[in-house]
Amino acid sequence: MNVSMILDMAAEGFGDRIVIGRAQDGLTPVRLRELAVGGARLIRAAGADALVYLATNGPAFAVAQFAAAHAGVPLVPVNYRLGEEQLDALLANHPRALVIAAPDQDAAPRRAGLPVRSPAEWLAEAAANADADPEPAPAPDTPAVLIYTSGTTSAPKGVVLRHHNLVSYVLGTVEFAAADPAESALTSVPPYHIAAVSNVLTNLYAGRRTLTLDQFTPEAWLALVREQRITHAMVVPTMLARIMDTDGLDRSVPSMRSLAYGGARMPVRVIETALRSWPHVDFVNAYGLTETSSTISVLGPAEHRAAVASADPAVRARLGSAGLPVPGIEIEVRDVTGEPLDAGETGQIWVRGEQVSGEYVGQGSAVDERGFFHTRDRGRLDADGYLHIEGRTDDTIIRGAENIAPAEIEDVLLRHPDVLDAVVVGVPDEEWGQRIEAVVVPRDGAQVDAGALRAAVRGTLRGSKTPERITYWAELPRTVTGKLVRRDIVAALTAPENGTKGQT
Amino acid sequence: MRPRVGQMLASTVDTTAVVVVRCPDSELDITCGGAAMAEGPATGAPAGTPDPDRLGGSLLGKRYADEDLGLELLCTKQGPGTLAVNGVPLPVKTAKPLPASD
Repeated sequence: MNVSMILDMAAEGFGDRIVIGRAQDGLTPVRLRELAVGGARLIRAAGADALVYLATNGPAFAVAQFAAAHAGVPLVPVNYRLGEEQLDALLANHPRALVIAAPDQDAAPRRAGLPVRSPAEWLAEAAANADADPEPAPAPDTPAVLIYTSGTTSAPKGVVLRHHNLVSYVLGTVEFAAADPAESALTSVPPYHIAAVSNVLTNLYAGRRTLTLDQFTPEAWLALVREQRITHAMVVPTMLARIMDTDGLDRSVPSMRSLAYGGARMPVRVIETALRSWPHVDFVNAYGLTETSSTISVLGPAEHRAAVASADPAVRARLGSAGLPVPGIEIEVRDVTGEPLDAGETGQIWVRGEQVSGEYVGQGSAVDERGFFHTRDRGRLDADGYLHIEGRTDDTIIRGAENIAPAEIEDVLLRHPDVLDAVVVGVPDEEWGQRIEAVVVPRDGAQVDAGALRAAVRGTLRGSKTPERITYWAELPRTVTGKLVRRDIVAALTAPENGTKGQT
Repeated sequence: MRPRVGQMLASTVDTTAVVVVRCPDSELDITCGGAAMAEGPATGAPAGTPDPDRLGGSLLGKRYADEDLGLELLCTKQGPGTLAVNGVPLPVKTAKPLPASD
């Protein structure tokens, strides 16, 4: 059971259907397999023990994924936006790698003395070797993919996903050849995001054509959806917010059937706007981590519609939830001592299943003796089993002796109609250890009164959770995949020149 | 045999191959076309012929499951032989569709 089995089944079941790229000139599963076999020969000829991918998403990435699988070496997608120093440090972990790098991104691998191909050269050379004999498939416990975490809360760690993790995820969540031939899925996340890796596998297994958008802008995304008659798409919350919030856009997406989102918390205001704007679209909230081979829980279309239409607060609250576990996944919420908590109680989220790797390079497996992995996310399960995420445990603010989750305060701020984005952080404080500060992005031209925002928090939560200072910025530092870089926010708020900039 | 999750099984009498998706921790008699399936990927030409009374066939990508036993096989290569466990043909499992999430 390995990743190449998925491609073999696709080639057998619908070998001449276009599955990668544009409808007019994309790749079929049969062609993809030929290129993967050719690419595997290049990997072996280079004596490489890893295939590093340092470029934007596209057909070369799908070929790289299956070529690495055929050759039995891990694919290592790397963030091409990293600084020189970080790239050098990361490439030093892979001294025998073959590197696929865009011509403007190849300085670091060349500095490291590694063999480099551009995506175009990679595809051309794989095609020239496409008549190679396929190698026997690698064992299920061989590493298939190595993804470095974004490192927003700590130094980047290399997550190892083995063939059986990824294949278990695909078999557990997707029905083979279930897509009709008109279906096509658009990915806008970069290749070093787990969703980009799993996207190639799940859509191929379903028989759904995939397309990628390099540089996300709302205009480019909407134009491509209309031009290629996209039926399915996955976005991170900031992308959906920009699609919904940018003035003067033609937001019509007549071909769209299903829109999945995940990767960060979705403001309720944004998803409610999207549900109203696109009543014909099925919305899917997916929660998962790199360490869990992508999605572990899903809030489906019917639940989205039921939530917005319901008068029952418990059903309405599900719009902000991550839904129910996917098949093969068990979720436990535990307290800090490791004791499982009852429904409704907030604690730390632990997860178990075949797709869960929980394994880091050089550190081995981080799962406990019962096979559960600590996600480091805080949350609770409601009485019906719906999972509600309440932020990262690492983001918890400790004010005095009180543990405060920024997420609940951010939720209150984001409910204000003139607030586009908001973050709450703990800033070092001599008296309290940490004090609560907020940064708010107002809607263009809007004046948001700090007193009113503070009153809203006080009225909904309580006095000790009210931000002591609210600062206004034009935008928040987020990664391309929508994650807030909180340490940059704290650093900016504590910079000496910022002492009086905010309003309180 | 004592199957393991993730294991490949190959028919000895036709082209059928499956992967074990779910299984109990017990000894099972898994057959295709009436003959015991071999552990591991298919190794070449069939060594025999299927039982003519066991030609129900399997379909690529379908799941064959016995819910009481907790056994589930995914067909990765189809063939004419009937998949069975302990002498009982395995029915196709009806899919519970999950929305696409990535």
